[in-house]
Amino acid sequence: MSKEENTIWRFFASVKLALFVLFILAATSIIGTLIPQNNPPSFYFQEFGPNLARLFLILDFHRMYNSWWFLTLLMLFSMNLIVCTLDRLPNVWRMVVVDNLATPLERLTKMEQRAELASSASPAAAADALRGILAGRGWKARSAEMPEGTLLFAQKGAWSRLGVYCVHLSILVIFIGAIIGAIFGFKAGVLIPEGNSVSEVYEYGTERPIPLGFDLRCDRFAVEYYENGMPKEYRSNLTVTDRQQNETFSRAIEVNDPLDHRGITFYQASYEPTNEFLVQIETPAGKEKKLFRIPAGQQIAWPGTDISFGIINMAEGERGNDTRFKIWFSDGKGEPAVFWMPNAVSASIPRDGGEYLFSLRQIYATGLQVAKDPGVWVVYIGCGLMLLGLYVAFFLSHRRIWVYIKPEGSASRVLLAGSSNKNRVGFERNFAELTEAITKDPSFTDTEVAS
Amino acid sequence: MTSSQLLGYTTFAYLASAILYLGLFVFRARKIGPLATTVTAAAWLVNTAGIGLRWQESYQMGIGYAPLSNMYESLVFFAWSIAILYLGLEWKYKNRVLGAFAMPFAFLSMAYASLSTQFGKEIKPLIPALQSNWLIAHVITCFVGYAAFAVACGFGIMYLLRAKSEERGGGTPGSLMATLPELKMIDDLTHKTIIFGFLWLSAGIITGAIWANSAWGTYWSWDPKETWSLITWFMYAATLHARFTRGWSGKRIAWLAIIGFFAVIFTYYGVNFWLSGLHSYGRG
Repeated sequence: MSKEENTIWRFFASVKLALFVLFILAATSIIGTLIPQNNPPSFYFQEFGPNLARLFLILDFHRMYNSWWFLTLLMLFSMNLIVCTLDRLPNVWRMVVVDNLATPLERLTKMEQRAELASSASPAAAADALRGILAGRGWKARSAEMPEGTLLFAQKGAWSRLGVYCVHLSILVIFIGAIIGAIFGFKAGVLIPEGNSVSEVYEYGTERPIPLGFDLRCDRFAVEYYENGMPKEYRSNLTVTDRQQNETFSRAIEVNDPLDHRGITFYQASYEPTNEFLVQIETPAGKEKKLFRIPAGQQIAWPGTDISFGIINMAEGERGNDTRFKIWFSDGKGEPAVFWMPNAVSASIPRDGGEYLFSLRQIYATGLQVAKDPGVWVVYIGCGLMLLGLYVAFFLSHRRIWVYIKPEGSASRVLLAGSSNKNRVGFERNFAELTEAITKDPSFTDTEVAS
Repeated sequence: MTSSQLLGYTTFAYLASAILYLGLFVFRARKIGPLATTVTAAAWLVNTAGIGLRWQESYQMGIGYAPLSNMYESLVFFAWSIAILYLGLEWKYKNRVLGAFAMPFAFLSMAYASLSTQFGKEIKPLIPALQSNWLIAHVITCFVGYAAFAVACGFGIMYLLRAKSEERGGGTPGSLMATLPELKMIDDLTHKTIIFGFLWLSAGIITGAIWANSAWGTYWSWDPKETWSLITWFMYAATLHARFTRGWSGKRIAWLAIIGFFAVIFTYYGVNFWLSGLHSYGRG
C-alpha cells in the first residue's frame, strides 16, 4: 500500500491534526494552572469537596502534566511532527537539490518576475558579461548550453526551505532530551546542618534515597541582608570528598550559582535553623577557651571547671537575622547570670573573678536541591535548533534567477526570470535592482519589463 | 531630574502620541502626522532616558541591577518596546494611521504602571533568585515578543473595522474606514508582526528555561507562568500553521491576533495576580 493511500499515514500527516493537537494541548494545559499540582489527595478533598476531588484524582488532574492522557497528547504531537515531516520532506528536498538548468524554457516566460533585454554583444560575450554582473551582486551562476542559446542559473538560500523542518526536528530533540533526563536523571533534595556530611540525597515525591558516590559536607551557611532587611544572598560553603576519584575540594554556592560534581548539581534552595548552637567560652584574661556544640534547653557543664551554662529561651525578631537568645551562665560562684543576646555575637559576662567572653551562633541547615540531568544538553541543542530554524523559516527565502541568452543576428536577446518562495515584495525589489544594474551596462538595452 | 519624573513625562508623552495618531485617523488630519511622529520619537527617547537613569540610580543606591525586575519596570519596558516597534513599522511602511492602533497600547502600559497601586514603583534590591545575567536576556526577549503581539492585536482590530465597513458598503473612497490601509496590507502586516513576536516569544521561553535550570536545576517545572507562556506559544503556532498550510487569512487571522493577545495578557498579568507560582514575585 503506498503512503498516499494509507489512511493512518494520512491521518498523522495532516495539518488538521496538528491544529487540533496544538489547540487541545493549549486548552488542557490550562487545567494544571488552575488546580494546584502535586499535592496529596487530602488537599483536594479539603479544597474542592469530595465529588470534585474524586473526579480530579480519577483524571489525574492533581499531576496532570505527567498523566497518561497528557503524555498521550504529547505522543500524538510527536507522531504528527514526525509523519508530517517525513511526508513533506522528500518533495522539499527535491526543490533544494533540483537541477534548475533543466527547467523548461517556457516556464521562464511565465515567471512572476521577468525582464527582456537586448544586447549588442554576441551571445557568448553577453553571457560572460551577465555572469560578471550576477557575481558582483552575489549570484554565482552556472550555465548550460541549450539547442538555441545559453541558460544561466543562480540561486540563494535553497536550504532555507528546510528551516521549518529544523523547527519540527528541534521540538523532537527537546522531547528526546526530556526523556533522557526522566530516565537517567533525578531531582532530589537534602538538608545538611552546618558541619555535617551526607552521602545520599532524597528523590522528590518518593523520598527514595539516592547514593551520591561521594560525601558532601556543609561547612557554613550564611544569609546576607540588604540594609532594608531583604535577603541579599544565601550562601553555603560546601566540601566534596570523593574517595573514588581521590579528590577533595571546597566551593561556595549561591542561588543562581550551583556546584557541579560528576554530573550531579547542587543548588541553593532553602535553609532552616536547627536546635543546635556553637558556643565558645573564654575565661577571664583569656586563660582558657573552649568551643561547644550544644542543643538548646540543656544544662551543659565544662568538664574540669565549675562552669555550666545553657540556652533557656529564644525570641524571634521581625527579620530572620535578629532572633535573640536567653542564656543562663554559672561559674559556681554566686548567683548565675541570666541575659539575652543576639545570634552570632560575643557577650561579656562580668563575674567576681573577672569577665567571661561568651559567643554564640545558631547552627543552620542548608537546603539543597540536587539534580542530575544528562539530557539537558540535548534540550539546549534542541532550543538552539529551534531558534535557528524559526529564523531561517521566517526570514530567509529561496530566490532563483534564470537568464536565457539566444542569438539574434550577430547580437543577442536576453530573458531574465526569477522566483522566490517567500517575501515576494523584497524579491521584486532585488530583481528590479538586478535588471537596472544590467541595463547600466552599455551593451544592454531594456526592451520590455513585465512584472 | 529623577527617573520617576522622566517616566511620568513619558506617560503623558505617550498619551499625547496616542491622541495625535487617533486624531490623525478620526479627523483625517494628515497634517499633524509629522508632529505625531516627532512626539512619539521624543516620548520614546524620554522613556529610554528614564530607564537608563533608573538603572544608574540603582547603582547609586549600591544595589545596581537592570531595571527589568518587577511589574512596574516590566510595564515601562513593555511600553518602550511597543513604541520602538511601532516607530520601526511606521518608518518601513510609511503609514501613520497604524499609530492609532499601536500607540494606545504603549500609553495604557505606562498609565497602568504609573497609576496602579497593586505594586511598588520604588527601586528595590533584587532577591537572590533574580540575581542572574539571564534576567536581562529573559525579560528583553519576552517583552519584545509581547510588544509585537500587542501591535498585532491592534492591527487585528484595524482589519476587523475596515472589513466591517466594507461589508456595510462603507468601503467607498470617502468613508473614514477607507483611510485605513488596504485589507490585504493589514492582513500581511498582522501576519508579519505575529511572526516577529513568535520568534521572540520562543527565545523568551528558552532563555527562561535556561535560567530556571541554572537557578533551580530544572528547565521546565510546569509552573503556571511557564505553562501559560507555552499555551500562548501553542496558540500562535496554531495561527501560523493555519495560515501557512490551510491558507487562513483575513478576519480569522485578525481574530486570532486578538485572542492570542489575551493569552499574552494572561501570561503576563493574570498569572502574577490570579495564580501562584515561581513568578509570584512579579507582584512586587
